[in-house]
Amino acid sequence: MSLLLSTILTLCVLGVLSAVILYVVARKFKVYEDPRIDEAEAMLPGANCGGCGFPGCRGLAGALVKEDDISALFCPVGGAGVMTAVAVYLGKAAPEREPQVAVVRCGGSCGNRPRTNTFDGASSCAVMSSLYAGDTACSHGCLGKGDCVVVCNFDAIFVNPETGLPEVDEERCTACGACVKACPKGVIELRRKGPKGRRVFVSCISKDKGAISRKACNVSCIACTKCQKVCAFEAITIENSLAYIDSNKCKLCRKCAPECPTRAIREVNFPPRLVRVAESEAKVGTKAEVVDVEPENK
Amino acid sequence: MSKTFKIGGIHPSDSKLSRGAAIEVFGLPQTVTIPVAQHIGAPAVTCVAKGDQVKTGQVIATAAGFVSSNIHSSVSGVVTSVDDVPDAGGMRRKAVTIQVEGDQWAEGIDRSDKLMSSVTLSAKEIVEKITAAGIVGMGGATFPTHVKLSIPPGKKAECLIINGVECEPYLTSDHRVMLERSEELLVGVQILCKALGVEKAYIGIEKNKPDAIAHLKGLVSKYPGVEVVPLKVQYPQGGEKQLIDAVVGRQVPSGALPIEVGAVVQNVGTALAVYEAVQKNKPLIERVVTVTGKSVKTPANYLVRIGTPIEALIERSGGVPDDCEKIVNGGPMMGRALSNPTAPVTKGTSGILLMRTKEARRPAATTCISCAKCVAVCPMGLEPYLIYKLACKTMLAEAEEHRATDCIECGSCSYACPAALPLLDRIRLAKAGVMKIARERAIKQK
Repeated sequence: MSLLLSTILTLCVLGVLSAVILYVVARKFKVYEDPRIDEAEAMLPGANCGGCGFPGCRGLAGALVKEDDISALFCPVGGAGVMTAVAVYLGKAAPEREPQVAVVRCGGSCGNRPRTNTFDGASSCAVMSSLYAGDTACSHGCLGKGDCVVVCNFDAIFVNPETGLPEVDEERCTACGACVKACPKGVIELRRKGPKGRRVFVSCISKDKGAISRKACNVSCIACTKCQKVCAFEAITIENSLAYIDSNKCKLCRKCAPECPTRAIREVNFPPRLVRVAESEAKVGTKAEVVDVEPENK
Repeated sequence: MSKTFKIGGIHPSDSKLSRGAAIEVFGLPQTVTIPVAQHIGAPAVTCVAKGDQVKTGQVIATAAGFVSSNIHSSVSGVVTSVDDVPDAGGMRRKAVTIQVEGDQWAEGIDRSDKLMSSVTLSAKEIVEKITAAGIVGMGGATFPTHVKLSIPPGKKAECLIINGVECEPYLTSDHRVMLERSEELLVGVQILCKALGVEKAYIGIEKNKPDAIAHLKGLVSKYPGVEVVPLKVQYPQGGEKQLIDAVVGRQVPSGALPIEVGAVVQNVGTALAVYEAVQKNKPLIERVVTVTGKSVKTPANYLVRIGTPIEALIERSGGVPDDCEKIVNGGPMMGRALSNPTAPVTKGTSGILLMRTKEARRPAATTCISCAKCVAVCPMGLEPYLIYKLACKTMLAEAEEHRATDCIECGSCSYACPAALPLLDRIRLAKAGVMKIARERAIKQK
């Protein structure tokens, strides 16, 4: 009986002693962490994609709490809604950033850009571009092996088997920029999403001279400067035989797109061009019609 | 037991189909395209313009810095363009295109066959001549030779090793040079010895070239200090570090250059070019190229002017066979598939291999079964499977710890892998990534 009693007593004393030690140690070595970090982290999407520039959501939450001016911090996944909520909670001015989306700047589909050889190495754009120019005559465009698809955390990009080019699901794309970093050719760019998702951009990054890039691909920019001449807002610059539309200056007037002889300028999410189509049809028409029309005009 | 290197190595079939074909002078093509970047280091700066008349052996681009090399015209004629043209991999790089007119040589070049065996110049003059002649390592790495001959202060060269191993299957250009240009080669070796201030030179030759071994052994008695070392056949014995291990039994430490162990390695092709540059004033404007393949009509060794289109060589050997699936620039182990057959022969083109479908197709990759065959064959003592996995996950810091930059890209791991994993493809990527972060770190530290 006494053995039983002494055992229980010893255990109890040991338990209490350990509790006291643990309590003292926990108090002594306690690291204070702002409880707001936990709260802010809970508000963030929790995707840990790294799109904000921090390793994960907690990193951004820590920075949001620590910095007084949070205008340089932004979560592209959560967007303005989440950022406002966090800013209100922290009592700071909410950072503003226009929503962006990933844009694939290459139109060299299987039909537009004939394959000149077959690549049989590891199925990776990075490996392919480390070895040679690619399986087409264009050494700048998309390689189509889908490194961008592998890195996307949101299932927002996929390679269309018909065209061999990646396509972005705008609903899902959070503009985290993972695909931009993964692309060895620099084909993908983050651009302003634009009002109602409307955007105009040059879907080509070939820096080859016009004649060379045109030979390699039907829809390459040949730097003919027609788009630049028609643009009233000076949004188009041409450098290294390549046109680029500045999304901050572009007013979405869409005058440039029909001018492009290779149709390298793409316009997305616009309603169909009713008037324009009618005009261009009249222009294209058959040769006889055009001859008929012209004398009347004179 | 004959000499060889001690770590790893594989034994692919040597398939030297053109070993019996004597070197054939290819003759002049109609046009040549001479890239300004045919070497490791800064691309040379062009000093001719469209419309200029050039002579054979005239400088058309000058070295841009110490680790760079002069480029000479390999023909006489008119410069038709100085523009970007697609190289063997389809990338557009700057090159000088020359329309051939006659064959007028620049002054001072001795074109006679007479052997000039007395070496009268000083070490400094020799290196100057080699620099001017634009000689680079002709085994394929194309590292400027004058840089290798300029021993850094505090180091001392003890021996010269001449690489006559030619461990790449199929290729026979060095083999033929050793047989047909042996006297010139040996004078070249003596010149290199003098330039380095060393007494001892070894010529390492694998035992699958018994005729070359016997031939050179018979000649070396006339050349004091030169010794022929027969080596056991094993790939990649032609790798610099492997060859030093095989011949003199010294191991070059990780990340160090061969001079650390007192050795300088030069290819037999380079030694021949050195002879021609120093004794005959002839710059590097031509080289021996093997054109070979199981279904090639006449596998051959051609003496080709630099800049000749590769397709012309293939045409001379009977054209592209019907069952050819892949054209490889170089040998089957380290060569790269050629996506543009109009690309020119450069200083580093040792051979053109036309592979049949059977040999060219890469089997579908499966999964790593951790058999460690790659570890067993790696001549650098690396763990290829591990670096491969790190590369797939872009874990570059860890790849650096596992010495990814020590990889010599010999391809033994990919050859040995039973799962047919593209090990080298990924390791090469990791190597490039690690080198990039190392460079960035070096800039930061400054």
